[in-house]
This record gives sequence, C-alpha cells and structure tokens, in this order.
Amino acid sequence: MFQVPNMLFALPEMVLLTMACVILLVVAFTGARKIEWVYGLSQLSLALTLLVVLWSLGDWGLTFSDTYIKDALSDLLKVFICVVNMLVLLYSVNYLKARQLMQGEFFVLAVFSTLGMLIMVSAYHMLTLYLGLELMSLCLYAMVAMQRDSAVATEAAMKYFILGSIASGMLLYGMSIIYGVTGSLAINEIALAIANTDGNETILSFGIVFLVIGIGFKFGAVPFHMWLPDVYHGAPTAMTLFIAAAPKIAAFAMIIRLLAEGLIDLQNHWQDMLVMLAVLSMILGNVVAIAQSNLKRMLAYSTISHVGFLLMGVLSGTEEGFAASLFYTLIYALMTLGAFGMILLLSRQGFEAENIDDFKGLSEREPWFALMMMILMFSMAGIPPLAGFYAKLSVIKAVIDVDLLMVALVAVVTSVIGAYYYLRIIKVMYFDKPVVEHKLEASSSMQIMLSANALMVLGLGIVPGILMKLCTIVFA
Amino acid sequence: MLAELPLLSLVIWLPIIGGLLVLFTGDQKPFLKPVALAIAALTMLLSFCLYAGFDVSTHEMQFVEKTPWIETFNVFYHLGVDGFSMPLIILTTISTLLVVVAAWEVIQHRLSQYLAAFLIMEGLMNAVFSSLDAVLFYVFFEAMLIPLFLVIGIWGGPNRVYATLKFFLYTFFGSVFLLVALLYLRHVSDSFAILDFHAVGLSLNEQTWLLLAFLIAFAVKVPMWPVHTWLPDAHVEAPTGGSVILAAITLKIGGYGFLRFALPIAPDASMVLDWFIITLSLIAVVYIGFVALAQTDLKKLIAYSSIAHMGFVTLGLFIIFDIFANASTGSGAVLAIEGAMVQMISHGFISAAMFLAVGVLYDRMHTREISAYGGVVNTMPVFAGFAVFFAMANAGLPGTSGFVGEFMVILAAFQANFWFAFLAATTLILGAAYTLWMVKRVFFGEVANNEVKALTDVNRREFWMLASLAVIVLLLGVWPEPLVNVMHASVEHLLTQVSQSKL
Repeated sequence: MFQVPNMLFALPEMVLLTMACVILLVVAFTGARKIEWVYGLSQLSLALTLLVVLWSLGDWGLTFSDTYIKDALSDLLKVFICVVNMLVLLYSVNYLKARQLMQGEFFVLAVFSTLGMLIMVSAYHMLTLYLGLELMSLCLYAMVAMQRDSAVATEAAMKYFILGSIASGMLLYGMSIIYGVTGSLAINEIALAIANTDGNETILSFGIVFLVIGIGFKFGAVPFHMWLPDVYHGAPTAMTLFIAAAPKIAAFAMIIRLLAEGLIDLQNHWQDMLVMLAVLSMILGNVVAIAQSNLKRMLAYSTISHVGFLLMGVLSGTEEGFAASLFYTLIYALMTLGAFGMILLLSRQGFEAENIDDFKGLSEREPWFALMMMILMFSMAGIPPLAGFYAKLSVIKAVIDVDLLMVALVAVVTSVIGAYYYLRIIKVMYFDKPVVEHKLEASSSMQIMLSANALMVLGLGIVPGILMKLCTIVFA
Repeated sequence: MLAELPLLSLVIWLPIIGGLLVLFTGDQKPFLKPVALAIAALTMLLSFCLYAGFDVSTHEMQFVEKTPWIETFNVFYHLGVDGFSMPLIILTTISTLLVVVAAWEVIQHRLSQYLAAFLIMEGLMNAVFSSLDAVLFYVFFEAMLIPLFLVIGIWGGPNRVYATLKFFLYTFFGSVFLLVALLYLRHVSDSFAILDFHAVGLSLNEQTWLLLAFLIAFAVKVPMWPVHTWLPDAHVEAPTGGSVILAAITLKIGGYGFLRFALPIAPDASMVLDWFIITLSLIAVVYIGFVALAQTDLKKLIAYSSIAHMGFVTLGLFIIFDIFANASTGSGAVLAIEGAMVQMISHGFISAAMFLAVGVLYDRMHTREISAYGGVVNTMPVFAGFAVFFAMANAGLPGTSGFVGEFMVILAAFQANFWFAFLAATTLILGAAYTLWMVKRVFFGEVANNEVKALTDVNRREFWMLASLAVIVLLLGVWPEPLVNVMHASVEHLLTQVSQSKL
C-alpha cells in the first residue's frame, strides 16, 4: 500500500523552493526595475526558511522512503546555512550595485544554491546527496561566470566547472562501486551491509578512494585544491564570499553522511587517506599563502589550510572528533564571512580592496573596522581568546586522543607558519601609514552586521562552551 | 572581609575591563591618564591584599576560585596562587603602575591605545600566574602576545616591524608545543587541572618528550641561549614601557613555567636531562656576559644582561638534582629554588629600573648609543645617582636585591658541583665589567657634547618613579625575609614532588 511520506520533515526545503519560484517569476516580469524587491524577497525567503527550521526543531526522523533525514545535525547545519547566506547577501548588495552585477539572476542562483545545500544536509541516500550537491554546484558555477565581460571571472568559472564536474564524476563512480558491493544507495543500509561484512572489502576500499577524491575536490583539500585559489581570486568578491562560506558547511554534512555514518566500519581505510589530505593541506595552504599579495588569493590558501584542520577531526573517527570538526566548520564559516565581508566593505565603485596593500594604515582611517579585522585575523591564526583557537584546540585534541601525535605536531607547526601571513595583514593595518584616502560606502546595516560578525568571533572565544556543547550533542 | 572578595578575579579583570574603557575613551579626554593611573594603582593595592591575606604556612593553593567554563572539555575557570605565583603577581602590578607613570608625558601618539594595551596586558599576566587549569593558562599565555605585538609594532623604533614579528613568531612557535604537551597530559590524566597533571604517572619516555616541549616553550620565553635572539631585537625596538614589561614580567613567565610545569610534571626526565639545561644556563651566564660587554647600544646591553641574569634562574632550578645526589640534607636544594625565585623578582625590579632609566635619557637625547653620551653626571646629578645605584644592583652589589638571588644560587651550586659555582661566579666579574664600563662611558668623564650639556635633570614624576624602585631594590637587598618567607612552604612542597619518581 502506498504510504504518504512525512512532508513536514522537508518543509524548509519546500518553503524555499516555493519562494525560489516566486522570485524567478518576479525577476522574469520586473526585470531590473524592481531589483530591490528581489533582494528583499530573497532575504525574506531565507528568513522564512530559517523560521521553519527553528519551528520544527527537534522532531527527527526519516522520510521519502528513507532517503531523507531530519536529525540534530541537519537542523543545526540548516540554521547556520540560512544565517550565513543571509549575511552573505547583505554584505554583497553594495558591491554588486557598484559593478552592475545586481541582477535578478544572482538572487535566483543564490536561493537555488541554498536549496541545494539544504538538500545535501538532509540527504540520507547517495542519489539525494548527489542531487543536492549538483543543484548547489551548478548554481555556483553560473554565479562565478556572471561577470561575463571579465576574462578572469570567465576563466575561473570554466576551471571551476570542469574540475567540479570531474569531482562529481569521481564521486558518482565511487558511489556506484559501493552500490555494486553493498547493493544499496541508502546510507543506513550501506552501513548495515558493511557491518555484516557482506561484500568484498578491497572493492569497497576502491570505492572509498573515489568518494574521498570527490570530497577532497569539493572541500579543496590538497592535492585536489587546484581550482580553489583561481576561483576565489577570479570570481567577483561577492561570489567568492558565497562560495567560501556556506558550501563548506554543506560539504561537511556530505563527509559526515558518507564516511562517518555510511562507512564508519571501514574507518581504517579512509583514515589514512584523510590523514594525507589533512597534512598536505595544512602544509601547502599555510606555506603558499605566505607568498600571496592578493588578499583573496591569500584567503584561498588559508581556506585550504583550514580544510586540513577541519579534516583532522573527521579522521579521528570519534564522536568528539566529528563534533570538533563541526565546531571548526561553523567557526570557519563565521571567520571567512567576516574576512571577505571586510574586503566588500572597503571596496567601492571602481576599486577592489583585494590587495593586501589596500589595507595599509586602516587603523588610522577606520580604527573600528581595523579592530574587527584584527580580531578575525588573530582568530584565523588560532590565537586565544578568539574562537579560532578553540576550533584548533578541539580538532588537535581529537587527534591526540586517538594517538595520532604526528598529525597534531604538523598541525601546530604549520599554524605557526600560518600565523605569519595573518600577522602581515595586522602589520599592514596597524604599523603602516595609509596610502589611499576614502570613505566607507557600505550601508549602516552591513556595517553593524559585520561588526556583530567579528564580535561574535570574540564572544565565542570568551564563552565557547555553548556552541561546543551543541556540537557535541549533535553527535552524542 | 578580604577573604570573601574574589581577589584574583579582580586583579585580572579590573585592569582588562578598565583597559577596554580607556581604549574607547579616546586620546583627547583630559581624564584619560588619571583614570589609567587609578586603575593601575587600585589593581596594585588589591594585589597587596593578596600578600596580606596570604597564609605562609601552607603550600596549598590559596584564594581559589573555580567555576565550570567549557563543560564539554571539563575546562574550569580555576584560579589560585601559591608562594611562587603570588610574588610574581605583585611584581606585575607594580611594574604596570610604573609603566603608566612613565608614559605620562612621553607618549603622544595614540595614548589611549598605549595605556589600554598595558592595562590589558597586566590583567592577562596576572591571569597566567594564577591559572590552575591548563586551557585557561594557555589562553592567557597566548593572548598576552597580542598587546605586546601591537605595543612594539606601533610605538617601537625604526626596525619595529621586524622585531615584533620575530618576537611573535618565536614565542608562538615555542608555545604551540606546550599546547600539544598539555593536550597529551589531558589525554593521560583525563583532566585539564594543572595540579592533576602533577600527580599523573608517566614513563620516562613520555616525560622526556613532555620536558622537551616545555623546554621549547619556556626557553624561548626566558630566553635561554640559543633561542634568545628575539630579545635584544624586541628590547631595542620596543618603547620604554614595552621593554619594562618584557624584561620584568614576560621573561619571568618562562621561569614560572619551569616551576609550575616542567619540574613537577616531568621530574625524572628533568633529572636525566638536567646537564643539558645547566649547560645552556651556564653558557647564558658566561657567553652572554661577554656579548653584553661588546654592546654599543644601551638597551641591547641591558637586554643581554637580562639573558645572563635569567641564566641564574634556570641554573638554580635545575641544579637541585645534583644537590640531591651529592648532599644528604635538602637545604642546598631549597636554597637553589629560593635563589632562583628571588633572582626572578629582583631582576624584575632592577631591569625595569634600568629600562626606565634608559627611557629617561632617551626622551631627552633620542639616542641609545653609548658613544653619544658622556659626563651625564655633570648635568643630571640626581639621575646619575639613581642610574649608578641600579647599575650596581645589576652587577650584584651586596646590599641590593641583585646580590641576594645570585649569591643564593652560587652558594647552592657549590653543593652541586664546584665548576658550576665557579662558572656562575664569573658573572660577578663580567656583570661588574659590562655595567661599570657602561656607567663610566655614559655618566662619568667630561661632558661629551652640547646635547649632553643641555640635559635637564629628572623632574618630580621621574624622580618618584625611580626612587620607589630604588627603595624596593634596597629593601629586598638588606631584608629579603618577607619574600623568602612567602615562598618557603611552596619550595618545600616542590622539592618533595620532584624527589618522588613518577615512574
């Protein structure tokens, strides 16, 4: 007999999908005239989705023939994805306006991409996961290409698209191998089949290789990081911000669903692979970032190193480790949001504040925002009492608890190397004299939210307990 | 009533919150300096209450405060002081007050940020000395780098960026190994409490690695030869206040770290590796003494003499194992540790005084080159009096506090090994040589040039600033009892901890 699936578990996605269609229609009929409305509608749809997520908190279960899950992890990640993307849109508006990029397509793509992220977070079946991933990624490719007259942006979009497609292909291939061995695409059935040791472990580990490659591509972990600096650098800063923040949260859900929930019993296979990815990412990301003079490129390499740190928690294979990685992901999203937000804040008509030298003497021009940037940079470097420190502390603790001391040592040594380039930003802001004179053009709401964003990084550094506890509860 | 106040929280948070208030006051407000001074003075008075309420008969932690902080990791906001940390807190509060006074007319550029940095720094340092939870300790230990990084970078000399980056990266590099060590200890003991770390049993191999991690972290701070090279650079470039805090307190955190972590957590490894640390300390005393002799920059000279003096601290801390092996009674070991502690406190005051004195000269002449001076005594007789007194104290003249610590350590070293004592005692010659030669070149002789001729003597603010330090140095020199008494129980306890094998 046909059973009606529990639609309520996917209510946030349905709300967002409906709103996305409405936005699409509004864009189609008003064109560029009512672009402010479209922006408002996008914010409203994200806010509505957030409200629905918050309203339905705690009611957990599987639905749609067990292909869709609503659990503590998905709830927490959805809250953060919505909040992060609302901030991203807010930070981007001025920048987009100044560059004639304030078009309906941006908002449509942003909302659909968010929908893809939400689906990824809730996917409990490899196909659903793939569907969500592609929905998100395709929107991102298009977004990068929006500035079509810019050669750099087009090149970045091309690279992103091709490498992203290869990654998706790898992922799909890995999924098909695992399907071939276990006979299922559902995460829980895969886990069950492996626990019963049905199927050939060698072939399974072969499948894992492809899964890990796909995940590595999506995260931008070394040696699958090639696309990341070019895309971050080439894309308009608003798009970079969109790519850098929330998709990492969604990717975190993907790695947890696949490796930690589906293939946990094969941890001995994927742990070593992740160790390699993590160690290489931390080393390469931190070392190469030193040589960058473009802030976006520097932040791209810093992202690679953060990905290395983030993987440390996952590779430990313990509940504490997953919680630590989750904590790291959320803190990372907040810090990245703030850092790219600062670039957007200082950019204006015909001027991209994306070179490190553009921050010269900021503490004399804009003492308040220099302080905010300093907080973000020290936090990224992992200096207490800022949130980034506790993120590093918890992932390092996770690997030490499973006796992977060498990984911990690599992590701390590379974080010293990393400290150098973050300090350079602070040096430029505080110790150098200003060269350019200009006033901020950003709206006051952006200024307030950006300050709140940075102060949150400080606040979470002084009382990190609450968020850490939330992250632990999710995996308990 | 005193016992009910959360005194430790007050000496930590009053300056931090006060510092933030000062930061947002802005440079133009006339009440800026008095407010900063009042905060520093109040914090100092509160730290004196710690002394007054301190029970000298026990080694237990006192003024303990404990509330959960990060529950998932079992991290507590756990404070407490014993005979080692309490005197260091008082040293911190006194030094900060002097720094605020020293900045009074001298700092024109971004004054509110300058004062705020030092007040916040004071709170963080007090917190480092009173943290009993490893995470809490590490947080403050690292957070301290931020204000000092900015102080050197913003108000420093021409080569300040190089100096401050070097300072930051050196100390950060050292401390990340401390973090790994602390996390490993938590893994073994399942607690972040430092006192639980003391009790946990560890194999010699584990202890050795832990000791090496502690050594990297704290040797950079002390600084010990050969990781001392950041210090002369940082001192030369730092503004007067930065030099004072750097020399008087942050160096002491290295010594304190050995007392609080290395010795009680890894006693067996310390015993096995003591020759290594003793060698480094003796190199610091002798070789760096010679290096100091060759300096042409006043601040560099004092910086190198600081390294040599801190060599006595690490020497005193690690000769105890040889004393155990040689002597049946433990009195020599007590003398060694107490000597190291007295040396830390005394060096804190003397180096602060020396840097303040150089600051007084620098404010007038804007040069630190020894060759630019000569015959200063003719134009600044009162100042020269103070400067010569502090120089003598630096050289270890009996009757000043500089003598007490060095003498105790040398005396103890005789019970360990004659040659240790012999080499350590060369400091009495070397120290006298570089200090007196500097005094001769700067203060005595004919007036060297017109700039020196135009010098004016210390004003009232500078007079009281130097006079208060002179009184402390003299007092501790002739009557060190109050200081030694406070730490006695803690020293005895440390020695019992160290003498029990953890294997």
